[in-house]
Amino acid sequence: MPTYTDMSRCDGCGECVDICPSDIMHIDSVYRRSYNIEPHFCWECYSCVKACPQHAIDVRGYADFAPLGHKVRVVRDVEGNMVYWKIRYRDGRIKEFAFPIRTTAWGSARGAGDYERPAPQALAEPFLAHEPTALGIADLPRPRPFTPVIGAMPWGD
Amino acid sequence: MGRLSGHKVHYVDADILVIGGGFGGCGAVYESRYWGRDMKIVLVEKANIERSGAVAHGLSAINCYIGLRTNENSPEDFVRYARGDLMGLVREDLVFDIARHVDATVHKFEEWGLPIMKDEQTGRYLREGRWQIMIHGESYKPIIAEVARKSASLVYNRVMVTHLLMDKRRPDRVAGAVGFSVRDGAFYVFRAKAVIVGAGGASHIYRPRSAGEGMGRTWYAPWSSASAYGLLIPTGAKMIQMENKIVLARFKDGYGPVGAWFLLLKCYATNALGEKYEARRFAEIKALVGRYADLKPMPTCLRNHAMLEEMKAGHGPIYMHTEAVLDTPEKEKIGWEDFLDMTIGQAVVWAAQNIDPRERPSELITSEPYVMGSHATCSGAWASGPEDCAPADYRWGYNRMTTVSGLFGAGDTIGGSAHKFSSGSFTEGRLAGKSAVQYVQDLKEDLPEIDESEVQGLAAKVFRPLDTYRVGRNEIVAGTVAPTYISPLQGLLRLEKLMDEYVGGYTSYYVTNEHLLNRAVELLALLREDLESIGAEDLHQLQRAWELHHRVLTAEAVTRHTLFRQETRWPGYYYRADHPRLNDSAWHVFTASEYNARTGDWHMSKLPVHHIIS
Repeated sequence: MPTYTDMSRCDGCGECVDICPSDIMHIDSVYRRSYNIEPHFCWECYSCVKACPQHAIDVRGYADFAPLGHKVRVVRDVEGNMVYWKIRYRDGRIKEFAFPIRTTAWGSARGAGDYERPAPQALAEPFLAHEPTALGIADLPRPRPFTPVIGAMPWGD
Repeated sequence: MGRLSGHKVHYVDADILVIGGGFGGCGAVYESRYWGRDMKIVLVEKANIERSGAVAHGLSAINCYIGLRTNENSPEDFVRYARGDLMGLVREDLVFDIARHVDATVHKFEEWGLPIMKDEQTGRYLREGRWQIMIHGESYKPIIAEVARKSASLVYNRVMVTHLLMDKRRPDRVAGAVGFSVRDGAFYVFRAKAVIVGAGGASHIYRPRSAGEGMGRTWYAPWSSASAYGLLIPTGAKMIQMENKIVLARFKDGYGPVGAWFLLLKCYATNALGEKYEARRFAEIKALVGRYADLKPMPTCLRNHAMLEEMKAGHGPIYMHTEAVLDTPEKEKIGWEDFLDMTIGQAVVWAAQNIDPRERPSELITSEPYVMGSHATCSGAWASGPEDCAPADYRWGYNRMTTVSGLFGAGDTIGGSAHKFSSGSFTEGRLAGKSAVQYVQDLKEDLPEIDESEVQGLAAKVFRPLDTYRVGRNEIVAGTVAPTYISPLQGLLRLEKLMDEYVGGYTSYYVTNEHLLNRAVELLALLREDLESIGAEDLHQLQRAWELHHRVLTAEAVTRHTLFRQETRWPGYYYRADHPRLNDSAWHVFTASEYNARTGDWHMSKLPVHHIIS
């Protein structure tokens, strides 16, 4: 497919259409549910799978090299900030994993305009925002004086 | 709001327009806002910045972190590493500049909420290798997007930028960009004082190994449609190192990453006979490239070369011996997370083919070639360097400004600054953002102006594939075969086939020569003509049509540069069979091109490589 939408679960909300980086999840005009219009431009990135409120989207691995019978299912929990994976092999084996996704609350990061305005003369200095503090060292490293070697590798001998 | 070519038109004014909302673009927005508090900063993205760009999927590591605060490495060390890996040819001023700033970027990522793994003994970030740190990166892009949204004045999602606009009075100066909404078909005209291109490099200019519906499983994202180059080349901006394609040695079919396996888990690769072939092939590699073979670590392309020679000798498959290292549940978890965070398709391969990495090895393979500026390769625009480290001939204006006034770049767009990856691309965006604020302030009243007649011409051109389809479709009963138009996919498949066969794709083991390249130039010219006959049945296909335009122009640049460099600088990435050796006396230089959109001519030249680090 690689992604496909379960006919009975999809309610046509369009979250997958909104998130797909490849613009390949579209709403079918007859059934008013989503489907993958261009499987050959699907990266199996799971953005739509994770975004679907109904858990209606799944992946069937690329037909040219993935035998049938597998499942790689995911739940992304943005309250607990964890992602949960359940992998079912073709032969029935199961593996489960859980990983953290974020250490702070969603919406809590500050935009660049939320910081104190820099002094106008700082624009001419080589520091970027929050430097040198954010570097964790006293000053920005500067290149040591060195006569350039042009057109040959400086092998040091 | 008026109409052009039957489509609604939105005019958007910006002080700084950022094109592409991946890591380069998000960094550009952040820093522009920090320094330009009262400026209008507009971000435009063809998808949704929440999950767009090469990191949409997530990542399992940050591959560029120096460790300045813990004295782990110096920026000079990083320059030596990047230049060695690229066989000597990088812009050391640009690489140094990334290296001295990138740690601050990573520290901010952690503050915003990115979970970075820690070494329990030292309390430091857990190193994967000397330059890489391990992260729980499933939400890497959404976290960065949150900050970009808060920093921008406006974010336009689902608007595909097709062309840059030049100043009506000064044709060497940028004035904005045009594009269209993939959702409602409106035409967008952005008028900007400065433009930062953070668009993506190129997947799908070479035939991928995967076939049919699997064609989407390229290593680099299928939505990385070469806009980084396709937007810049028509402006006449000087491009460099476009021949420096990258080929990746990865887990077969799924293209799962190998870094954590080799570096952190200490996994190793062998041929089918169980031999560690790299050491055995050292002498022949040294005969090809001389002292570059002695560099530690061995340059990426040379390691590819050893693998290719094994496969050609009939010693495949090449195996990654996961079963030899996954001796604890913790290691097994690290191995799986490496895929689930960034290449879920590889986990699908394991499940589908009943491969338990604790029990049996997995195959490795070399990918199809890609064109990028942010990985172990450095194609892109020739950019002005930082004031305190750029040699005089590398500096003509503002840091990260291209040879077009007011046109800046970041990430895949900027040439010569290899090994940026996610953190370095964001950092380069920040460098470009700060410079663009300085540039806009210095403009004062001397503002660029768009040419309305040019805009009208572009509106007609941008939407023409819809008309071509509408008219041509009436001539046939049904299906995809028509005498007057080809679909974007049909055009793409022709591009991929010819690049593969003539310009060193995987089916020829990445080999080409002058005759093949000259034939490619002829065939690309015919394809360029046929791009005028692309038919798009809807707005989605119109996006595909313009992605194809960007890819084809990029492919032509790749072909011209490959023809120009008469040596084999990066065996394992590609081979000039007629110039099979590395030739430092003639080619320790950057290759450069300038395209004249009016005449269709390409001007090729050499630019000096200055080594400013001992």
